[in-house]
Formats: sequence, C-alpha cells, structure tokens
Amino acid sequence: MQTVPCVTVKNVSFWYGSNQALFDINMTIPQHAVTAFIGPSGCGKSTFLRCINRMNDRIDGAKMTGTIQLNDQDIREKSVSVEALRRTVGMVFQKPVPFPMSIYDNIAFGPRTHRLASGRMLDELVEKCLRDAALWDEVKDKLKSSAMALSGGQQQRLCIARTLSVSPDVILMDEPCSALDPNSTHRIEELITRLKTDYTVIIVTHNLQQAKRISDMTGFFLRGELVEFGPSETVFSTPTRTETDDYINGRFG
Amino acid sequence: MTQLAKTPVLLQRRVTNALFQAACGLSAVLAITILGYVLWFLFRQGITYFKPSFFTNLPDNVNPALGGIKHSIIGSLNLLGIALCISLPIGILSGVYQAESSGKLSNLVRFLTDVLNGIPSIVVGLFVYAIWILPYALKHPGQGYSGVAGGTALGIMMIPLVMRTTDEMLRLVPQSLWDASLALGTPRWRTMLLIVLPAARNGIVTGVMLALARVSGETAPLLFTVLGNEFLGPITGPTDALPLRLYKYATSSDPVQNSMAWSTALTLLLIILILSILARFLTRAGKRI
Repeated sequence: MQTVPCVTVKNVSFWYGSNQALFDINMTIPQHAVTAFIGPSGCGKSTFLRCINRMNDRIDGAKMTGTIQLNDQDIREKSVSVEALRRTVGMVFQKPVPFPMSIYDNIAFGPRTHRLASGRMLDELVEKCLRDAALWDEVKDKLKSSAMALSGGQQQRLCIARTLSVSPDVILMDEPCSALDPNSTHRIEELITRLKTDYTVIIVTHNLQQAKRISDMTGFFLRGELVEFGPSETVFSTPTRTETDDYINGRFG
Repeated sequence: MTQLAKTPVLLQRRVTNALFQAACGLSAVLAITILGYVLWFLFRQGITYFKPSFFTNLPDNVNPALGGIKHSIIGSLNLLGIALCISLPIGILSGVYQAESSGKLSNLVRFLTDVLNGIPSIVVGLFVYAIWILPYALKHPGQGYSGVAGGTALGIMMIPLVMRTTDEMLRLVPQSLWDASLALGTPRWRTMLLIVLPAARNGIVTGVMLALARVSGETAPLLFTVLGNEFLGPITGPTDALPLRLYKYATSSDPVQNSMAWSTALTLLLIILILSILARFLTRAGKRI
C-alpha cells in the first residue's frame, strides 16, 4: 500500500484537569485509508479522536501537549481557524444526531454556513452527498420532511452525508455503528470502505471484527497509551505485544 | 424452591405502597379541586355581565349596568405589549449569555437575577415612579403618569423571569446537538442561533407566557405609574388596566360595579388563556418541521 501521511501525531499527551488521559502518543495516519482505533472503554481512544478536530477545546480544564499535523500544518497554531479545521476534519458521532429540521436542511446546513453553494448548486450538492452516503434512494421523495422520522441507521447515514457536505479531507468516526442493528452496521461498513477512495477515515470501534474487516491500519490503546500501531493484518494476526494479543483474543477487556 | 407465597415483609411493602399511592392521589385531587373551585366560582360570578356592551363601552356612572371595560382591555394589552418589547430582547439575550458563560461574573449575574426576581412588585412600581414620573410630577403636579411607564415597570419584572427560563431551557439542549453542529465547522453564534435556540424554543415560549400571565395580574406596580383612567386615552398618558379596574369595581359602593369586578377578573383570565393558546399555535406553525 502506498502511504502518504495525512495526520502526523507527535508526543501527544492530554489531561482532563489533573487527570491524564493520553500518554505520549506518536503515530502517522496514512491518507485515503481506514485507520481503526481499538481498546477497552476509557482507554483514551475517543479523547484522542476528538483531539484531531479540536472538539476538546470547549472542555474546561482540558490541556494538550505535543503536536498534531494535518498535511504538514500544525492544527493548534494560532493562524489556524478552528472552524476551517473542523470543516476539513469532519466527525460522525456514536449516536446519530440529526438536526431537528428537514432532511434537505440537514445536509444544506454546512454548505450554507460556509457559503459553498446556493440555489440549484445546493440542490445538486445535497443530492450528491445523499448518494455518496447511500441514502438518496430512500429519501429522495421526502427531502422536505423531518429528519427525526428516519430510522436509526438512516439517521446515521444522514449524519455521514452531512459530514460529506462540507467536503472534508478526513472523517473521524466515533463508534458510528454501536447504536445500530447488524443490517445497518453492514451498510455503513460498506459505505466506509467506499469512502476511503476520496477521504481519510479514522474510526473508533469496540467491534474487533469490524476493525479487522474494514481497516487498513489499527491502533490499540490501553490506559491512555498507544500500545501497538500497524497494518491491521499484522496487528490482528501477529501482534508484537502481549497486551494486544490478550485483548484481541478476548483474554481481558 | 422459589418463594411465591405472601410473606409478612411483602405485605408490609404492599401496605406502604397503598398508603403512599393514596396520599399522592388525594393530594392531586385536592389541588385540582381547589383550582377548579376558584375557576368555577369566577366563571359563575363573572358571566353575569358578559355581554357585548361590557366589552365595547366605557364605564357609565349614571347607569352602571350599561358600562364596560373596553379601555381597560386595550390598556392592559398595550401595557403587556410594551412589557414584552422590553423584556424579550433583554431577557433572551442575557439568558443566552448566562447559559454560555461560566465564572464569577456569570454567577454574580445569576445571583442578581434571583434577587430581582424576589423584589416585591410594588418596589418596582415605586422605582419607576421615582425615576420617571416623580421628576415630572414635581414641576407639573398631578401629571406625568403614563402607560409607557407602567409597561416598563411590568417589563422590568419580566426580565429575570424570561432570562431564567431562557437560561434553563438552553441548558437542557443536549451537548450532542452542539457537538454535531460545531463538528461541521459552524461558529458558536450560528450554532446558538440556528440549532440550539430553535431546539429550546417551545420551552422559552412557555416560560415567556408564564411571565406574561404573572405580570398581567399585577396591580401594585401600576398604581404609581399608569394611575388608571375612566376614559380611553393615549398610552403616553394615564391609562387603565384590568387589575386596576378590578380593584376599583371591587371597592366601589355600587353593587352592579361590585359584580362587574368578577366579570373583569374573568376577562383577564380569558385574555391570558387566549394569549397562551395563540403562542402555542404560533410556535407550532412557525416550527420548521
């Protein structure tokens, strides 16, 4: 696999107040690939994910050291606008959170904010995003109806479409399937596999099979440390650390 | 072997359960009965003079039975309109500030809001009288009373109520909705305006209606400010309002006017009811989805 670095992480540590959540994380996340983070609950993988689009900025007492570079640009430099960063690094959450408005307005919200398109152009953009998220056929006749009426799986694909609407480079996914049934999970996994041709996908998951199925790279977190990081085949077949081996074979966690 | 027989412990639980259930049920019935009795009493007494002339005429001192409270209804609506114009922008904006800030200043503002909430309404009336009407009345004895001043007094009373309700309703909006919007690169102000405020809208409207209902019955802050009037005058001069009319009729020596006090009270109640229904209807129609 040809690897162009997309996100470069150097010596990242993170604190919630006096409570250290991440210890000296180093990794290079390749472009146009799926990178999965696995590990037991509370191991810091979600915290780390939220560092990449600076979603932790708003938390009182949160502190981060080290650097995260996105295409050679330090994301915490003063000249970087957090709005522009989050446009470039989109995020899909564990629970689908549609805005309480129509399906169309949900997708159009981001482009309207960033003044990317209007009128006919916006219609086309909305259609493209919904098609890319494999939702178009199900909702094309009810774009003006409430997004809240969709099923959980549809809502999550809507959220993915909404993330695509502002044309990000990187998509962060925080356990995107854990609230969904197996069928919806399968559709989202297919979707993720297709997305990696155009986007860099970083996904946190508790489902080891899922990580194995869809990811190119896997990082194993334990107690705030990145224990192991490498190509998924290697991590799952011949892990170098005993902790990783224990975890993926269900001996703890 | 599983124990399915009724043991003494289980029996005791069932008795306790029944007792508490009965206590809760009886309290609910009692609360509703008191409220229902007040309403029924008001309705029975007030319906006597509910006829068109009551709403279209001014008070008639020669033939009280032909008199009406048209000017009080218009006066009250005007006062409430002014109060809304003052309290809505200030209350909602400061509520947004409260919900979005933390720290010493925010705590101080919240504390002062509670203090303002606890100030007796007559003090607010005196305050407006002292800084607005008195300076004028000193130069022109007997003048200076105005509906605008009264509306302002009611507005001042509404500000902490609207502010508190906005603050609380905004805090109820789940963090996940914030995150979803911010993660798209939406600035905070836009998230607040287009996502969070609409999500809290119903609660805020309900709170505003409760505040409006509360001040609509206030008599004390109006005594020093709008004075009352037997005629329909401009809002910049002495104005009549339903609570003032109610007080005047209730303390009148004329039995017909005594009875009309009940009709005035019923009118006030109906106006609040209509405003509440209207607000519900408007928020439902205005809801984008």
